[in-house]
Amino acid sequence: MQALPGEEKITLRVNGVERTGRAEPRMTLADFLRDRLDLTGTHLGCEHGVCGACTVLLDGRSVRSCLMLAVQARGHDIATVEGLAAADGTLHPVQEAFSEEHGLQCGFCTPGFLMSVVELLEEDPDPSDDDIRIWLSGNLCRCTGYHNIVAAVRNAASRMRTQCPDAGRGDLG
Amino acid sequence: MKPPPFDYRAPETLAEAVALVAEFGEDGKLLAGGQSLIPVLALRLASPRVLIDLNGVAELEYERLEGDRLVIGAMSRQRSVRKLPGLARRCAAIAEGIDLIGHVAIRNRGTVGGSVAHADPAAEWPALLLVLDGEIDVAGPRGTRTVAAPAFFESFFTTVLAPDEIVTEVRVTIPGGRSGSTFLELARRHGDFAIAGAVAAVTLSERDGTIADARVGLIGVAPTAVRATSTEEALRGARPTGAAIADAAALVGGHIDPASDIHGSADYRRQAARVLTRRALTRATERAAGSLEGSAGLAG
Amino acid sequence: METSASLAVHEPAVGDGWVGRRIRRKEDRRLVTGQGTYLADLRIPGTLEAAFLRSTQPHARIVNLDVSEARSSAGVVAVFTGADLAGIPPVSEPGGRDVNPVHAEAARLEVRPKPMPALADGVVRFVGQPVAVVVATDRSRAEDALKHIVVEYDPLPVVADAEAGVAPGAPLLHDDVPGNVAARFLAVAGDPDGVFASGGRRLRERFMVGRMAASAMEPRGILAAPDPGRGELTVWCTNARPHLVRQYVSEAVGVPADSVRVLPTDMGGSFGTGMFSEDVVVPVLAMRLGRPVRWIEDRVENLASTRHGRDQVHEVEVAYDADGRILAIRDRMLVDAGAYNMYVITVSYNVAAHFRNQYHIDHFSIEGVNVLTNRAPVTPVRGAGRPEATFVMDRVLDLVADDLGLDPAEIRFRNLIPADAMPYEVGLLYRDGQPIVYDNGDYPDQLRRALHLFDYEGWRARQREERDHGRRIGIGMSCFVEGSGFGPFEGAVVRIDQNGHVMVATGARPHGQSLETTLAQVCADQLGVSPNEVTVRAGDTTAIPFGVGTFASRSAVTAGTAVGMASHRVREKVLAIAALLLEVGPDDLDLRDGRAFPRGAPMRSVTLREIAHVAAPGPRSRLPEGMEPGLEATYYFVPPAVTFSSGTHVVAVEVDEETGFVRPLRYVSVDDCGVMLNPTVVEGQIHGGIAHGIGEALLEEVVYGEDGQLLTASYMDYLLPTVADVPEIEVQHQQFPSPRNPLGIKGVGEGGAVSPPAAIANAVADAMKPLRLRLTRVPLTPERVLTAIRSARAEADAQPEA
Repeated sequence: MQALPGEEKITLRVNGVERTGRAEPRMTLADFLRDRLDLTGTHLGCEHGVCGACTVLLDGRSVRSCLMLAVQARGHDIATVEGLAAADGTLHPVQEAFSEEHGLQCGFCTPGFLMSVVELLEEDPDPSDDDIRIWLSGNLCRCTGYHNIVAAVRNAASRMRTQCPDAGRGDLG
Repeated sequence: MKPPPFDYRAPETLAEAVALVAEFGEDGKLLAGGQSLIPVLALRLASPRVLIDLNGVAELEYERLEGDRLVIGAMSRQRSVRKLPGLARRCAAIAEGIDLIGHVAIRNRGTVGGSVAHADPAAEWPALLLVLDGEIDVAGPRGTRTVAAPAFFESFFTTVLAPDEIVTEVRVTIPGGRSGSTFLELARRHGDFAIAGAVAAVTLSERDGTIADARVGLIGVAPTAVRATSTEEALRGARPTGAAIADAAALVGGHIDPASDIHGSADYRRQAARVLTRRALTRATERAAGSLEGSAGLAG
Repeated sequence: METSASLAVHEPAVGDGWVGRRIRRKEDRRLVTGQGTYLADLRIPGTLEAAFLRSTQPHARIVNLDVSEARSSAGVVAVFTGADLAGIPPVSEPGGRDVNPVHAEAARLEVRPKPMPALADGVVRFVGQPVAVVVATDRSRAEDALKHIVVEYDPLPVVADAEAGVAPGAPLLHDDVPGNVAARFLAVAGDPDGVFASGGRRLRERFMVGRMAASAMEPRGILAAPDPGRGELTVWCTNARPHLVRQYVSEAVGVPADSVRVLPTDMGGSFGTGMFSEDVVVPVLAMRLGRPVRWIEDRVENLASTRHGRDQVHEVEVAYDADGRILAIRDRMLVDAGAYNMYVITVSYNVAAHFRNQYHIDHFSIEGVNVLTNRAPVTPVRGAGRPEATFVMDRVLDLVADDLGLDPAEIRFRNLIPADAMPYEVGLLYRDGQPIVYDNGDYPDQLRRALHLFDYEGWRARQREERDHGRRIGIGMSCFVEGSGFGPFEGAVVRIDQNGHVMVATGARPHGQSLETTLAQVCADQLGVSPNEVTVRAGDTTAIPFGVGTFASRSAVTAGTAVGMASHRVREKVLAIAALLLEVGPDDLDLRDGRAFPRGAPMRSVTLREIAHVAAPGPRSRLPEGMEPGLEATYYFVPPAVTFSSGTHVVAVEVDEETGFVRPLRYVSVDDCGVMLNPTVVEGQIHGGIAHGIGEALLEEVVYGEDGQLLTASYMDYLLPTVADVPEIEVQHQQFPSPRNPLGIKGVGEGGAVSPPAAIANAVADAMKPLRLRLTRVPLTPERVLTAIRSARAEADAQPEA
């Protein structure tokens, strides 16, 4: 894409790799990831910070990438859904669990859920159902009725505890 | 839904930020956590000429408990404050209030200073500041000043801040002695802005168990967060009975002036404020009586 | 009437085949890794972006529309107004236009279809209606230019809702639609007036079902890429009816239908259907500009104009006897159709067809009036008339039960259609002019199972205990029927390529329904392969000439059957060729694991790949006499009639009597959707439907002010349920195979959404007994519940002590 007036160069790390692109100051991080870095796994469902489909991790913490400007992400570490699976294609336990429990249907909201769940399970490897419901209440899904999403989080937690029993601690604040 | 064009400045020190607000005045808009401002831009409800981004001003990002004071740099994230060790034990109302701010991704990014300066009448921090003797430090080209919370909030989204002033720090005082507190809200869904909310802090007399001090703040029911001082006065010195609390809660009506919207009429909000006040005072009193404040069960 | 074709000859539909198994979805891997391709993910170099100027006025004449300044705004390539696009045919719905004459006469049908112009034709009639469109290098610049468009409106009087629309002297939306009545019908079964004239117990009530938004998580969008040299156009579109889009686009841009290719993408839900202006306008812009143009809807546009549903007022009266048997029902319904009436009576007649639900009620009449108002046009949204009908019917049943002191389960048992009455003729015609006949099922057994699964007695005991502690628990129930698998047809092309891989094409276009998996399961059973060896290309107009699409709980039934039948034909071809190669009779062959072999002699096998090679045309071809080359078959399934799924929901809620807040605690569903292709997928559909229905019951409402302005313009105010609003859901199934298709499938896409408003309202009323709450309007906002509690208390206080 040709440079537009007012664009600046932005360098950041995405999924562990240094990436550079150009953006006007008004460009959101979500649009930057999608349109400049071609990482279209991060979806835009509302662009005003309610639906959670665009959730990514900024320095390990979940943020809505539609509520951040690309210029603000300079020098930061971003994790997106594209970085979850291992290089050899092995799915992350959270991805595996969502598929196994049928925790997705149309799949549009799924990347946002996956990133929110990754953060949750880092914080608390064994969340209660109430914890799960409160934590994920900022991600909207129209297809699943959430039942299987909650099941998928339990499933993922169990997989991760088995794989890495010492991971994660701390409260859910 | 894309923001309109603007110029962007990213100061790295408070001094640089002050110089920029002095330079741009009304044309400049400060960007803190952005969780309210960026949607406003995306919806093109505002078109600032210059956005002055405070996220690079590291000196404004701190939070600490100093004795009975909670001291928060303006750019401290809600989540960082919430993760202060012992916060829920020291003052449940603050922990619960923060947990009621949107969702975790919002709290990861949203700042305390941004919330205070934005002055949404349904937001939690203004009420916490009113109830907990809050102070707000402000910096600008004319120097710095400290404003007590009651003098800070003027109306819907309006404070005493001049266009060239920046909130730098907020402080609240955590009640000591046999105290308990809580923050309750009624919202259509978890994380939504409250139809009404009540924060209560109660201190019981060590001597006879009567109410030594009661504080009640309400949100969503007036142009700013308000304190229900007649409720508080009615309880001071009273025995903490259900009847006393209910009678006192019934007095909140004199302090509120709710507007109607699609989520609740003014009448409904009046009822909600009364119910929430009674429930919040009851819970805060129980916590004070049982020294429940800050027990492990309240964390999370 | 029942179809005689059968697919179960070679492979049992349920048992050791793939159909009926809970296999993991083929779709999942790309979707959980961020490799799905939704509309906004498509990248074609040089694509321009469109942004629409939308009306800020509910009703106004456009007296000045000046786009000259916008044309010179940075990055702008072109700006078009309604005058520029005057030749584009307005969008409407073919199913709405085509009226069956038998039905029209029986239901005294009057219809005045009112299609919507592509861009406003000088008058705007709802907030959000497209007025002009900017095409620019990117969306930001297109939006920048919108503010340089000068538009002056001369406001016209506003019709704020349906009741205002039919009031005497109401302003008219369209000069040629007198009284704003866009459609009217009267459907009568038996002799309701006679029953009402004969005295006895009577009850009447007025119910309102709020307007809701389908609100798929992916906003709509369309990308049109012309090939000017060839005069061809490729279109990707979030419309689940690709062949209909092709038809419209072909007409609008004036190129042959086969020169318009509508290709599928991943699609993030729909929850309703409809042709929209943008689906036609954007391809026209692309052709005029000779460049790819895309439009991606934003959420504000979506909430203002995409797929609003419901919005009905019912005046209902019921006659019943002392035992609680319903003798007759009369209903008068006003449907707020919005500013245009593309769907005519699709939704409102669904209300009539489903009104009496699972109950045996001989005498019934319903008068439906579709009223034009200054709101967005109403389209079918998940449930499409059934939730409205069920809300009214099941609330009425509980009111009758209250009057007689009956348990809500008991009154249902007294009115349910008994199993031995199946097939059950309801005494009305469907829109296709055929009598409506419930095909099979056992409704009393369904209710018994639901109560058992719920632990009804246990919850009644808990309810009493909690009441002693000041907690208000309520239990509610509702059942439903769902005519599913609507025609006119769906087709499938099944082909085995030269590598032995199977391709299935269909005109259905999934957007969350898991058809890539379930259709592969159907095909795999016929061809003796694994579903992983079957690729499903759904919704690609180049892969199959005719298609209808995915909506109305129809794809499992119609596309599923078509895939089964086409696969079966390919199977017969495969076996005939294999028989030739193996020198045995085709009836003595087995087809399994990608090989054909004589039964009992798997070592003597030929692979699908080998069979495909000799089936190809050319000198090496070895085909039975007269057989066409290629392992391919096409089948179009024309359902003889809709097939009726059913379900029963039981819910427990807690009511905060001081605030009116309602919290669902436990939700149970027992359904019959015939043979399940994949029970996990079926359950997912039911869960999602129930959550949708919980939203309708408690949270979701599109609200317009008296001035016609939209008050729920963002997700801050239009409230979708979150995970914290939906309880655990328990689901069980009956399986009465449909006699109306060879696999025995019934549709399940909408059913979950039908009963929650009724069940939850009944539960809230139950929680507050002995107060008699008038819960007549969904969503049950906290304020509406609190108001109902206060009025019931005031009424109870006004009564003298008994």
